[in-house]
Amino acid sequence: MASESSEVRLLGKWASPFSNRVDLALKLKGVPYKYSEEDLANKSEDLLKYNPVHKKVPVLVHNGNPLPESLVIVEYIDETWKNNPLLPQDPYERALARFWAKTLDDKILPAIWNACWSDEKGREKAVEEALEALEILQEALKEKRFFGGENIGLVDIAANFIGYWVAILQEIAGLELLTIEKFPKLYKWSQEFANHPVIKDGLPPRDELFAFFKASAKK
Amino acid sequence: MAEELILLDDWLSMFGMRARIALAEKEIKYEYREEDLSNKSQLLLQMNPIHKKIPVLIHNGKPICESIIIVEYLDELCKDKVSFLPSDPYQRAQARFWADFVNKKVGDVGGRIWSMKREGIEVAKKELVESLKELEKELGDKPYFGGETFGFVDIALVPFYTWFYTYEELGNFKVEAECPKIIAWAKRCNQRESVSKSLADEKEVYEFVASYRKSLHLDD
Repeated sequence: MASESSEVRLLGKWASPFSNRVDLALKLKGVPYKYSEEDLANKSEDLLKYNPVHKKVPVLVHNGNPLPESLVIVEYIDETWKNNPLLPQDPYERALARFWAKTLDDKILPAIWNACWSDEKGREKAVEEALEALEILQEALKEKRFFGGENIGLVDIAANFIGYWVAILQEIAGLELLTIEKFPKLYKWSQEFANHPVIKDGLPPRDELFAFFKASAKK
Repeated sequence: MAEELILLDDWLSMFGMRARIALAEKEIKYEYREEDLSNKSQLLLQMNPIHKKIPVLIHNGKPICESIIIVEYLDELCKDKVSFLPSDPYQRAQARFWADFVNKKVGDVGGRIWSMKREGIEVAKKELVESLKELEKELGDKPYFGGETFGFVDIALVPFYTWFYTYEELGNFKVEAECPKIIAWAKRCNQRESVSKSLADEKEVYEFVASYRKSLHLDD
């Protein structure tokens, strides 16, 4: 059994949604772990040792075994600690969950990120694509409370950027992307997500995150 | 399985090849439908409205999109045949990591070689060679990425073997000179019927790319 006296470490960045996904998964499973904050401008020896291929965070180190890539890590956590499953049992439902997690990373997150950081010239098109991406995501939610159904699942965790970061970034950018008027169901989900008792404790503090991105915006 | 399985595909697509290999390995009967990507069928647009890409596996009317997800789906569905993924969670995670690496560092980078302007090719080629060297290191002296048995990462990477010729012609290099173990591994995989029957012909791939590049004046 993996849960007895196992050493779990997370090399991460507090402001990164990708790193945060791993925090959320570990907290949902009730797994104790040691967190180290990485300075990506000055990568630690450990980071270079544990993720020589990509040299990025997050990296999970379990009993000395390193694993990078947030979604790969979250699935590993789900398979290693079997309480509070993050993926459904049915193969088709699992394939769908993986599809949405991948689509979030490949299409939805980049569209929103681009819109929030776009310059005047590219803004209109970037915003249009961001709104389309949010529409697609809202449709996937249907009438469910969470993407995982009654409980937080892989897709909810993968969508943490949408559930928490977007509100902050869009305010800084002066945009209205995820609003209750435009996307009532998705907006409601974001409130449920951010206020979920375990998730709430796992998200970085709003004011600090706002200040962090505001400072980045000025550069 | 007395069920309806349709694969929407494009014979030359390395992603489609992954699905074909997985279906053949599991000995599953299915209907193959070739898509004309310049004139996508209603079925494709309906089954994959978000990305509009192949391959799409339609199982009893329900679509599964994204080649790696299709491979994993088939693995979970057909547990009575040899598994593509190992049973140990850490090794499974490693396999998923490397499949993701292939997507980004071979797939996306290779895309910059064959489908983009000539100016970008040299840089992309260098990146591709680095990625293949990384994979060669991961393979080591094992017969397959999964160890003794053909598995997940092998399925993810082997279709690119049919595209090497195209990358080589465009980038003016030879994969075998840079990564001989990768070529040896690919030839070993190609001895499996599931692979040899699923891979496109490398010359056909090149002809398609040459014609594509000509039509878009990418080499002018």
